[in-house]
Amino acid sequence: MRHFQQELELLKAKLLEMSALVESAIYRSVQGVVEKNAELAHHVLNNEARINQLEIEIDDFAISLLALQQPMAADLRLITASIKINNDLERMGDLSVSIAQSALALVKEPLIRPLIDIPHIAGLAQGMVRKALDAFVNRDAELARSVLVSDDAVDNMRTASYHELISFMEANPQHIAQAVYLLSVVRNLERIADHATNIAEDVLFLVKGIDVRHHNEEKTALAHT
Amino acid sequence: MKLRTKDLKFYYGTFEALHGITIDIPANKITAFIGPSGCGKSTFLRTMNRMNEAMRNTRVEGEIQLDNENLLSMDVTDVRRRVGMVFQKSNPFPKSIYDNVSYGLRVNGIKKKSVIDTAVERSLGRAALWSEVKDKLHKPALALSGGQQQRLCIARALAVEPEVLLLDEPCSALDPIATLKIEELLFSIKDITTIVIVTHNMQQAARIADSTGFFLLGNLIEFNDTKTIFSNPSSKETEDYVTGRFG
Repeated sequence: MRHFQQELELLKAKLLEMSALVESAIYRSVQGVVEKNAELAHHVLNNEARINQLEIEIDDFAISLLALQQPMAADLRLITASIKINNDLERMGDLSVSIAQSALALVKEPLIRPLIDIPHIAGLAQGMVRKALDAFVNRDAELARSVLVSDDAVDNMRTASYHELISFMEANPQHIAQAVYLLSVVRNLERIADHATNIAEDVLFLVKGIDVRHHNEEKTALAHT
Repeated sequence: MKLRTKDLKFYYGTFEALHGITIDIPANKITAFIGPSGCGKSTFLRTMNRMNEAMRNTRVEGEIQLDNENLLSMDVTDVRRRVGMVFQKSNPFPKSIYDNVSYGLRVNGIKKKSVIDTAVERSLGRAALWSEVKDKLHKPALALSGGQQQRLCIARALAVEPEVLLLDEPCSALDPIATLKIEELLFSIKDITTIVIVTHNMQQAARIADSTGFFLLGNLIEFNDTKTIFSNPSSKETEDYVTGRFG
């Protein structure tokens, strides 16, 4: 294997290490809320520094590859996609920290009502993250496309949960604080799903060289008809 | 389209070096050809001003059109005037800078000094050399640096106002600064001439060309806009070449 190919493998390996940390942060923060487990939530807070550090390392490495190797074609797409995926992963890490902080606030008092749809939304968002990263590892365009489809379902569930929580707050103003934390968890999960969507879009660019962001594909297709 | 070839084949003796190249080269654009050594890109370039005919035991089949005229049946002197060429190794005549640039004009029968003076200044200006040589026009061209000599050869080619300028590895013997000057001058003369360049330097093709063609083993594997060739080529062979998997 050429030296440059080895460097690209190293870039991928670092990105996978980052993915594993972020996936675990998402899982632990969600379990922190669902199981009211402060220990898991603290774990997330403690791991954030490593994720931030890796973000810097990956960007630095990717930029040095761009500068020194002048990559072309698939290699160029891999490096630019890695920079963007890196950024999305770090944001997901931040969102997990927010969820963990909500978890720590929620463990202090008994939940007034069941956790609405949070476990369900979390399951969907985590599935999207898993699939987006698997699509990256296996360069699987079909799997990446399936992530894009799931995003609408998560958006709909977020909206439904918002309505439900607002009604709850109107009826139970003494529990507004708790409802606000739950609202925040729902919002952060929906954002995680958005970042998973971004990663899936980057994977499609990496594998196929097409840009599907902001319905660009449909627009391009229309322009050619 | 400025230049067009259809099923162009070229033979060195019995060896078929080009296997039927069909391409349309647009006017006032920079078109680059890349590919590993021996792929036929220089041979192809030379067929476009019939420079290959100078070699014995060679043969062309197929069509080449310059502005929809059959280039293969034109008067060869006309072809060379309309389609200029610059080579890898700069080759100024052992004459003064002025005489080098004015040579083509004199050969074409222009005698009036004021006309020649104007053309020399204009050509040296276009080749981004005027300011460096204007006070030593009658000094020997061979006293110039390598990069200056190559720009002089471009000025010499431009003096007869060719419609097409062919360049075969024009920067491969030059340092990065001299290379940059040549690339900049190619950009600046695009509006007056059609440029076709063969280069081993992929970054150079990526920097300057509007369209790029990839040659391999006598075939034109892919011809596309340069951004596509270097970011998302359609052919596996192009992909392997531009990413350095082979070649």
